[in-house]
Amino acid sequence: MIEILLKSVFQENLALTFFLGICTFLAVSKRVETAVGLGVAMIVVQSLTVPINYLIFQGLLVEGAWAWVGLPEVDLTYLKLISFIGVIAATVQIMEMTLERYAPTLHQSLGVFLPLITVNCAILGGSLFMVERRYDLPESVVYGVGSGVGWALAIVAFAAIRERLRYADAPEGLRGLGLAFIVTGLMSMGFSAFVGVTLP
Amino acid sequence: MSRNSPLALWRRFLALPNDSRTKTLGVAFLVSLVAAIAVSTTSVALKPRQEAHIQAAREANLAAMVATLPGLAEVMRETGAESLETVVVALETGQIDPTIDAATYDFLSAQSDPTLTQPLAASEDTAKIGQRPNFAPVYILRGTQRLALVVLPVYGTGYQSTIRAYLALHGDLATIAALSIYEQGETPGLGTRITDPAWQALWSGKRASDNAGEVTIVVVRGAATTANEVDGITGATRSTTGVTNLVQFWLGDLGYGPFLAWLKAEEF
Amino acid sequence: MRKSQLHHLTAPLIDNNPVTLQMLGICSALAVTTALDTALIMSLALLTVLATASTLISLIKAHLPSSIRLVVQITIIASLVIVTDQVLRAYAFEISQRLSVFVGLIVTNCIVLGRAEAFAMHNPVWPSFLDGVGNGLGYGLILMIVATIRELFGSGALFGVTVLPLATEGGWFEPLGFMLLAPSAFFIIGLLIWGIRTRRPAQIEANKFPIISQAVVEKT
Repeated sequence: MIEILLKSVFQENLALTFFLGICTFLAVSKRVETAVGLGVAMIVVQSLTVPINYLIFQGLLVEGAWAWVGLPEVDLTYLKLISFIGVIAATVQIMEMTLERYAPTLHQSLGVFLPLITVNCAILGGSLFMVERRYDLPESVVYGVGSGVGWALAIVAFAAIRERLRYADAPEGLRGLGLAFIVTGLMSMGFSAFVGVTLP
Repeated sequence: MSRNSPLALWRRFLALPNDSRTKTLGVAFLVSLVAAIAVSTTSVALKPRQEAHIQAAREANLAAMVATLPGLAEVMRETGAESLETVVVALETGQIDPTIDAATYDFLSAQSDPTLTQPLAASEDTAKIGQRPNFAPVYILRGTQRLALVVLPVYGTGYQSTIRAYLALHGDLATIAALSIYEQGETPGLGTRITDPAWQALWSGKRASDNAGEVTIVVVRGAATTANEVDGITGATRSTTGVTNLVQFWLGDLGYGPFLAWLKAEEF
Repeated sequence: MRKSQLHHLTAPLIDNNPVTLQMLGICSALAVTTALDTALIMSLALLTVLATASTLISLIKAHLPSSIRLVVQITIIASLVIVTDQVLRAYAFEISQRLSVFVGLIVTNCIVLGRAEAFAMHNPVWPSFLDGVGNGLGYGLILMIVATIRELFGSGALFGVTVLPLATEGGWFEPLGFMLLAPSAFFIIGLLIWGIRTRRPAQIEANKFPIISQAVVEKT
């Protein structure tokens, strides 16, 4: 379990190793405060959706899931994309409403980033990897938390670097987005150093 | 047109304000219905074609692998064999099970059927397949004097997908004739290099086990130095480790090990 | 087609490119560009989904309640992607194997939802269709450029056909292994952006902290 947690944060970082969620990664990383807000929201959504998607996948979609109704051969795995997205959209919506009711200041500061999470490829990618690697329920929870933390870590570090870069004397064409791409490339090279690391 | 004709009802529905509850529910329901129909019809209609592809890929791979092995064409001519003989093996005992029809046995669906598999403990599950089927098809080519070739279907988890392959052993059941990977979904450009003919060719002639019978074949990082090592692929370490793990698992006691031992005893 | 409508088709190629200016659709641009054939199939798949989705959403926008707007858009896009994936698996099996999880990720590909929200929800059907095709072409253009560079220098081939004979096969070309790793795509896109902005200064971002020259400081 610890191995899954550490692997998902460092060696298989969703943002810097698999490059999922890069659009939001590049768009929302101009300031550290906003990056932290988005990172926390990502962790919460990921930790909720990966286990829920596991339950839905195993309980409703796999072949044999409908055996208790007398339909053991029904195989609905081709619906996994739609159902995962549905769960993610619903989770984000519920989280938004909960925050609005019980933590209005936090909701205010997160603002538009909450709905943005619905279309973050990292969230869907996390659920798809969970299916691919056949995690069970406890592993799904750990993987959800770990992958969320990994993505949050990546975006906060990136935002910190970009804040410093604003004062740099970069060539005009490279300023802003161009440099952001190159920095992300360098960061991912740095993270690829973790690949060979194994726990004792 | 009467007030309650379908067209009038539809027009009334469309005329409702967008945020009314009826409209919201109605639109949601209609969109879901249309989407579900579109997806289901396509999937069901195309399924036979997709399965035919998978089947064809498997057979083509088997045939291609056999075709590349030197001397095999000759043996097949000598014995008059048109193709490989398929048998179904009970993995637990290692015996051929004559009651199961080898031509129709569906290995692929058996792999995920809880009634046809045995669950594996995490420590034994080196190929990370979760459960091991109780029966597996094996392809045998017998020469006039002795066994010429045994082809074992193997599979396991790679970096991010299930890797499926055929492992062919020479008649001595200790030397690898070929490894042919026919299905995988690894990282494009990196992990997918395990399907390079050049890399797969490296497996021919390698020793699967040492003199004591221990399975020692392994993909190393960098260049291979001994007869039971295969060169690694840079940037595809996890995929090649997956290949090592699955080959070792299926050659071991939980895979075809008992069958190979029985076959060896029968032959010599 | 009137000139203004043709504009929807051509603007996303360079002036408003989804990848290099709008920052959309980047995730998939990195992983599938190690080879030209996967890049081509991915671009075609995205173009089909994008054009169809934009058209459909524009068709029903008048009757879409705002509370379920996002979910409906995503449902339409997801269904289209599943259908595309099934078709690929039935008619282009080897390629679909190599694209694996990335075709599924077109669902959350920001381009599709981004253009749906930004354009299709507020424009008539034909311009939405053109906008979808235009953005798909712009995305495809960037993908093909990156894939050409990566495949050529990473494996010495284009579309699988050897152009630079590899040293391992008796030639002279020592492939740049780095090109096959994802960070190289970032660098290539970053440099592409630099090139584009040098030719199109309108896209350059303003410098909020310009360095004042010493002469000006000393004068005061």
